[in-house]
Amino acid sequence: MSAIKTDNLVKRYSEVTAVDGVSLEIPEGEVFGLLGPNGAGKTTLISMLATLVKPTSGTALVAGFDINKESLKVRHNIGIVFQEPSVDDLLTARENLYLHSMLYGMPRREINPKIDAMLALVKLGDRADSYVKTFSGGMRRRLEIARGLIHAPRILFLDEPTLGLDPASRKAVWAHIRELKEAHKTTIILTTHYMEEADSLADRIGIIHHGRIIELDTPEALKKKVGQDLVFLTGKIDEKAISALPFVGSVELESSRYKISITDPARNLQALLNAAGRIEEVEVRRVTLDDVFLKFAGQQISEDSGNSGIFERIATVKSTRK
Amino acid sequence: MNLNAIYALLLREAKIFFREKERIISILISPLLFLFVMGRGMGSGTSPVEGYTYQQFIFPGILAMVILFTSITYGLYIIWDKRLDFLKEVLAAPISRTTLFIGKSLGGMLGAIIETLILLIIGAFFILPLMSAGQVALCLAVSFPVSYMITNIGLTIGARMKSMEGFGLVMSFLTWPLFFFSGALFDLATAAPYIKIISLFDPVTYAVDIMRVIMLGRGAFTVWADLAAIAAFCLATTILGVTSFGKLQQEK
Repeated sequence: MSAIKTDNLVKRYSEVTAVDGVSLEIPEGEVFGLLGPNGAGKTTLISMLATLVKPTSGTALVAGFDINKESLKVRHNIGIVFQEPSVDDLLTARENLYLHSMLYGMPRREINPKIDAMLALVKLGDRADSYVKTFSGGMRRRLEIARGLIHAPRILFLDEPTLGLDPASRKAVWAHIRELKEAHKTTIILTTHYMEEADSLADRIGIIHHGRIIELDTPEALKKKVGQDLVFLTGKIDEKAISALPFVGSVELESSRYKISITDPARNLQALLNAAGRIEEVEVRRVTLDDVFLKFAGQQISEDSGNSGIFERIATVKSTRK
Repeated sequence: MNLNAIYALLLREAKIFFREKERIISILISPLLFLFVMGRGMGSGTSPVEGYTYQQFIFPGILAMVILFTSITYGLYIIWDKRLDFLKEVLAAPISRTTLFIGKSLGGMLGAIIETLILLIIGAFFILPLMSAGQVALCLAVSFPVSYMITNIGLTIGARMKSMEGFGLVMSFLTWPLFFFSGALFDLATAAPYIKIISLFDPVTYAVDIMRVIMLGRGAFTVWADLAAIAAFCLATTILGVTSFGKLQQEK
């Protein structure tokens, strides 16, 4: 059974269409990354799946329940970590978790041991009885994650879980998410606009732009679609020799340096450099999800703004070559 | 209806109420000013009820005032919850909006009843020393449905309002008129006709009246009329409140 199956979900606000016909299927146990710029519709999509916002049209099954008709059953089976911290400042960490557990109908005697376990997991055990208003942003986020997990949901929604966190806290949150996936087989839907985050956590990535899923695949496959890795060389370069190499795609002179597209630079770079002649400078640029994003979403953005950065040019090169 | 969840919501409101002690005190300030400055200052004149001073006459009205101000302010407070995103957590929980509404209402009642109790104790010592324990208990009992209906009004408005800027407007256009037209400070029986007519639509009128009957043995209506009106307002405001909570959506 799939954890989530949406059918042509649409959410229209008076002037904007925030989500524009999304049909998705997410199998159980998958970490699904929803990648998109601010305003792309990520939060609205998640809010509909979490039954916080009613769809204008279309529907979805979450944990097997209809979001329009069985919202309470959906809610029992999901956990949600919001973009903006929603833990209660005036309560302690323990009280926040206690109230949450009661709201989710957990048996009383199970609550306290579970709270201790969750606080230990997010390394807040020593601050259990401090007021949340004394917590840093990272601590609040971790508490919020503990809260989203304490009722053992089958599906966890994480809306920008590491937004505004320092790198150390971010790594800690990532580690928690991996652990969840491995140890508990929790299905995780993660929105982010950090490419690195999507790349390192998600099994599959959906790129969302103007309310539509414009591309959906594994991180590796997405990167492959964008094109090859690039090597930039400056110096007296033997253009003919490198063009003849089997792993080289295109060679172009760009201002004073050569832009060479190449497969598997880790293995082939040495051969390229041997053939190239006298080299003054070398730069290798591997395809990242940034490029993926700009290819699929950014081309449309550049239509509006007209600026073209290096990554967009890479994308353009690739698409003209097709 | 989910009793565990209602208990959880009430527990939260209780903890927060007792942790914000400044609020408990500050909400009593204006009622005390009315009672001890205006009540005494105008007390040299005549009282509408024979055998009681003006200060004693307005005491039931001031009790209703405390309930009014505490409950409305509490209800509007959910705008803060919305802003601070705490409401999101409750809106996302697997509880019905009716459960959420009842939990919030009970939370508001709790605050209003504690404030009423404080004022009743002050009153029993300084204003109506002959008030019996039975009268105090009856007043306290009446404060339950009264605070319930007024909290509901506050919650209904709070659920529909988008920003705290509307707070002052509600105070000027709703809370103060509800208080002044209720006959808290004068005798409705001898008031101008337009005041009488408006006061009939003011839920606080019946709260003041029933408290006055209990404490002074005299009111503008009978106890049963007061109770019937309060019951009707409780019912109507429950429907209004549950409906507006049903429409609450997470804000973008």
